[in-house]
Amino acid sequence: MTFKTPIEMLSRPANMSRRGFVGGLSAGILGVAATEAADAESLADVPDRGPGAELGTHSERSRFVKIDRIPEASPGKRNIDPSDAINSKTPHQKLVGNITPTDLHYERSHSGVPDIDPAQHRLLIHGMVQKPLVFSVDDLKRMPSISRVVFIECTGNGWENWKKADPELTVQNTHGLVSTNEWTGVPLKFLIDLVAKDKGSTWMLAEGGDGAGVDRSIPLTDEIVNEAFVAYGQNGEPLRPAHGFPMRLVMPGFEGNLNIKWLRRLKFGNAPWMTRWETARYTQLLADGKARQFQLRMDTNSVITQPSGMMQIQPGYVRISGLAWSGHGKIAKVEISTDGAKTWKQAQLSLPVLPKAQVRFQMDWVWDGKPTTIVSRSTDDQGNVQPDRKSFIAAMGTNALFHYNAQQSWSIDEAGRVRNVLA
Amino acid sequence: MSSHSKVLLAGLITAGLLAAPALAFDFGRPATPDEIKLWDIDVGPDGKGLPAGSGTATQGKQIFADNCAACHGENGQGGIKDRLVGGQGTLASNMPVKTVGSFWPYATTLFDYIHRAMPYPTPGSLSTDETYAVTAYILSLNGIVPADGKVDKDSLPKIRMPNRDGFVPDPEFDPAKLFHKK
Repeated sequence: MTFKTPIEMLSRPANMSRRGFVGGLSAGILGVAATEAADAESLADVPDRGPGAELGTHSERSRFVKIDRIPEASPGKRNIDPSDAINSKTPHQKLVGNITPTDLHYERSHSGVPDIDPAQHRLLIHGMVQKPLVFSVDDLKRMPSISRVVFIECTGNGWENWKKADPELTVQNTHGLVSTNEWTGVPLKFLIDLVAKDKGSTWMLAEGGDGAGVDRSIPLTDEIVNEAFVAYGQNGEPLRPAHGFPMRLVMPGFEGNLNIKWLRRLKFGNAPWMTRWETARYTQLLADGKARQFQLRMDTNSVITQPSGMMQIQPGYVRISGLAWSGHGKIAKVEISTDGAKTWKQAQLSLPVLPKAQVRFQMDWVWDGKPTTIVSRSTDDQGNVQPDRKSFIAAMGTNALFHYNAQQSWSIDEAGRVRNVLA
Repeated sequence: MSSHSKVLLAGLITAGLLAAPALAFDFGRPATPDEIKLWDIDVGPDGKGLPAGSGTATQGKQIFADNCAACHGENGQGGIKDRLVGGQGTLASNMPVKTVGSFWPYATTLFDYIHRAMPYPTPGSLSTDETYAVTAYILSLNGIVPADGKVDKDSLPKIRMPNRDGFVPDPEFDPAKLFHKK
């Protein structure tokens, strides 16, 4: 099937009523939020203009926009009391573009969100260094800085679908533990030079100032030394407390939990420390009972966000949209199948495509009203292809809990209901 | 990452460094040995970082009941938070039970984690000896040390955990091979 250009597609197909066309667009692009207000059918029905509210000190969302994260716990533990939550998921089904709004960036915290006065926060850098130093937040802000747009992804992203696919799940439930922000801070390399790290130091311990004192051993590969940075800025403002205020480590492309929040200590050594998080927690149990350790990089991934789980579409034009990302580098292409992975078509990518950042993809589709399954698969510029679920499970088993990056399938029934399925 | 973006990123960093040539004394202040000691709490699998002191499983039983059982259950299982005991032989099943006894590869990690993160409401509130005692008690519940067993900085690194060989490093970041070519 050939498609018209996107501009032509926006004129109403001849065989579709206006209401059906607008309804389909709403479901496809903005999901539930946009359909709540009654449509103004004639221009005469559109409310008159008039003076609006006073200007404020900051901008709130429209009262017509209902958009929130969802606090959840381990797989299957949803709709829980926030005090039992261990993460809070990004509502990808209601978002557009490449950048996640700051307040909707996913959160994973291991001991709550500490209330840190930046004036009293310190970063200690020591261990195998010539000059152990203590830095304040102001010290960091005076240093040369970089800004970079990167995704951060919890290794638990996708974990609802290891063993089964609950048909009630939205893309927020399945893939809400990845987000993309612009982060600003000081290159790790600059700090390494300040303390004069010993050449023999090959690993670094990064530790947070939260109650759990979350700490991870980080190998000092050239890639990590060149790309890691200590961030104090997030989308142009100081970090939000949930995301590590006043400073966090940013590790482009690597496990979310390596991006240590509320960072207060970097210690240089020459072997991993075997902390609780890199032994008992963030390791992947394989089918034979052995656990994969130090699987630090987040793999090539993608998901269709519109239409996605619990939405309903109309026959006719549907704009398919989603997000793709890879911890290996840039997304090279995203393909979409609308016939259950039998045939694939290449989607458009929303520029710019940045390394280790999420990129939005889109494709025009005319749904014929017959039940089918839609699925996306991404390929990065290192040649890594997002695996189909069958070969992924064959390699990893179903007990790994973390690092799920199999293709996400959404089934569509004859009524247009979109549901989470395994393939 | 493409070579183009690598060059771009390197350029950004270099530009920043050249624009503000910095010497070490321009930023921060020297850390004193005494204050480093206050924060230098990490314990390695070789026992490096373990403090002087000791504790027995017998002593740990009461400390566990007072500080840990509310979340982890009376005998380290059946609580509302992580199960600490049992699960041996389940890791290859469809319902793996990951506990200190069935999964954790190093006993040193147990001391480190209790010391830094537990009890959840007041982390670090147990003394060194109490931390050793709770460590000994949890190990004894798993049959790894005797019911009256004692642990200290010398004995803890020597304990061989049941799942010590249960981990396979990711080929890209295998600590045994990663930096050996340099």
